[in-house]
Amino acid sequence: MPLINMKKLAFLLPLLFCFAIASAQQAQPVEMADVLRSSGKIYVVIATICIIFAGLAVYLFSIDRRLKKLEKEN
Amino acid sequence: MKFIYQTWWKVIAVLLVFSTFITGLLFRVPRLPIIHETIRNLYFHVPMWMGMLTVFVVSVYYSIKYLRSGKEEHDLAAVECVNTGLMFYTLGLLTGMLWAQYAWGEFWSGDSKQNSAAIAFLLYCAYLVLRNSIDEEQKRAKISAIYNIFAFPVMIVLIFVLPRMTDSLHPGSGGNPAFGRYDLDNGMKLAFYPAMLGWSFIALWIATVRYRIRLIENKKNAIN
Repeated sequence: MPLINMKKLAFLLPLLFCFAIASAQQAQPVEMADVLRSSGKIYVVIATICIIFAGLAVYLFSIDRRLKKLEKEN
Repeated sequence: MKFIYQTWWKVIAVLLVFSTFITGLLFRVPRLPIIHETIRNLYFHVPMWMGMLTVFVVSVYYSIKYLRSGKEEHDLAAVECVNTGLMFYTLGLLTGMLWAQYAWGEFWSGDSKQNSAAIAFLLYCAYLVLRNSIDEEQKRAKISAIYNIFAFPVMIVLIFVLPRMTDSLHPGSGGNPAFGRYDLDNGMKLAFYPAMLGWSFIALWIATVRYRIRLIENKKNAIN
């Protein structure tokens, strides 16, 4: 039993070591807007954009409808 | 009923763009230095150019059609497509400048992508100036159709080819990361493709609305 464990360890340790080197070689953490997202405030921005675009889309549809009426009259 | 009068594709376009506001702003993106979260501009800045390209292609199509048929509607369709395209062009330039301020440090740094985009913009402005300088309608339509057909490939070369061959800071040029690298990220595709498709159809929609207005105006101005 202990022999197998030793074998396992001998296999795992270099592996772990490799992993540690690989992760150390990665560039330092890149700054992203994590805080904003974790605090949930990004949803406010998304909602704002969605409202604006919804308004514009409805507006475009209404222009389209008015135009259809005009086209029928002509 | 003709395609431009149908509603279903307009609804799909709106829904596609809507989806990108959620996926584009919430989904994970690759962590890259300098650009940070502005990588998300890929979903909003780039589709403006796609929208512009779509209506410009349609415009060239109608210019060719005009030369073959001589029908006035085809000429009107070509102009209104260029008008809409220039709107999207302006939006693309402005959003690009805003991004450049934060990524490159200056709104306008004379980067080859920016410069050639500005030249191509003038190229299309010249199309409108050319049109307005000719009074005779058929001559105007014919000359501007020919100009439009030649302006399009020049614009393509200026915006999409030349900056890639020289040292441009813009993503996708001179070995800077762009499609190829982002494409590896399947999460980004999920927001990017709907954005491209959605905005293309929105641009097309606006162009058709302008065209239909133009048709009515044209009818009113005609000599009865």
